[in-house]
Amino acid sequence: MLHIVNKSPYERNALESCLRLALPGAALLLIEDGVYAATRGNVAEPRLREAMQRMDIYALRPDLEARGMAGRVIQGVKLVDYDGFVDLVCERPNCQSWL
Amino acid sequence: MSEFENDAGGESAGRIKKFMFVNRKAPYGTIYALEGLEVVLIAAAFDQDVSLAFVDDGVYQLAKGQQTKALEIKNFSPAYRALEGYDVEKLYAERESLEARGLAAEDLIVPVEVLSSTELAELMAVQDVVISS
Amino acid sequence: MGLELSGRTYDTDEEGYLQNLSDWSEEVANLIARQEDIDMTPNHWEVVNFLREYYTEYQIAPAIRVLTKAIGKKLGPEKGNNKYLYELFPYGPAKQACKIAGLPKPTGCV
Repeated sequence: MLHIVNKSPYERNALESCLRLALPGAALLLIEDGVYAATRGNVAEPRLREAMQRMDIYALRPDLEARGMAGRVIQGVKLVDYDGFVDLVCERPNCQSWL
Repeated sequence: MSEFENDAGGESAGRIKKFMFVNRKAPYGTIYALEGLEVVLIAAAFDQDVSLAFVDDGVYQLAKGQQTKALEIKNFSPAYRALEGYDVEKLYAERESLEARGLAAEDLIVPVEVLSSTELAELMAVQDVVISS
Repeated sequence: MGLELSGRTYDTDEEGYLQNLSDWSEEVANLIARQEDIDMTPNHWEVVNFLREYYTEYQIAPAIRVLTKAIGKKLGPEKGNNKYLYELFPYGPAKQACKIAGLPKPTGCV
């Protein structure tokens, strides 16, 4: 399963619910405002670091760059471009977009 | 979603797929719940293996005793009771979401199977398609 | 769009479904039926009334498959089948009977 979260952790509980319902070995891709969760010092950092122990966490680089956040990414979060996004979707048997 | 395309007209085109609709929004503040319900009713017409999960504020969609008359909008909660007639019989609610809102299965308008986060996560993982709203 | 009956206009959508559920009456139903080229018999009324009860209970107009099954359950297998319902409502029981019953178009009927 590839989980996709596109909302800021300050605005919605999508990330929190996603992490609660993601099995070990699943992947998480942060896009759009969801990328703020991948930055150092944000409210979701502890949860994200904890989740990193059991799943792969990715963030979409163009969305980080657009928001001036490319230099603030938490270590261990993997950055992907649009091609990488497509690869992630194709590699996994199913995906879920958390609105 | 890539499976969709692979299967279009392919040898497995007739295979019944497992669709899970995950409802995470309360009923009247936004259009998500109503639109999600309509999508479920449409999907049910295609003889697929359809299940519904209610998570977060989505559990409020099933609260008993909804009265929308004063809002002058339709109370669509009775439609969840019609799902059985559409052969949609697998309804799940996440225990953590219910408990966090002071709700229990008997507060809901339809019978649901109450699952832990882990049980629900395992069920999600085996779906062909998961649609969240 | 609308229907004219006894000097009153009833709003309908572009396909002729009543806009307001509360505008429905047997007279309005008869008028819609005439426009659909249907002579209302007791068998037609039985289906139309069934649909209205279904809507009151569930707040949705049922898909044809669901309607057929529910009618079979209530009125018996000789009525709960496509042949019987299409003879009554040749352009589709869900579409025509729902329109006559004053309900919205069934969800999933394109």
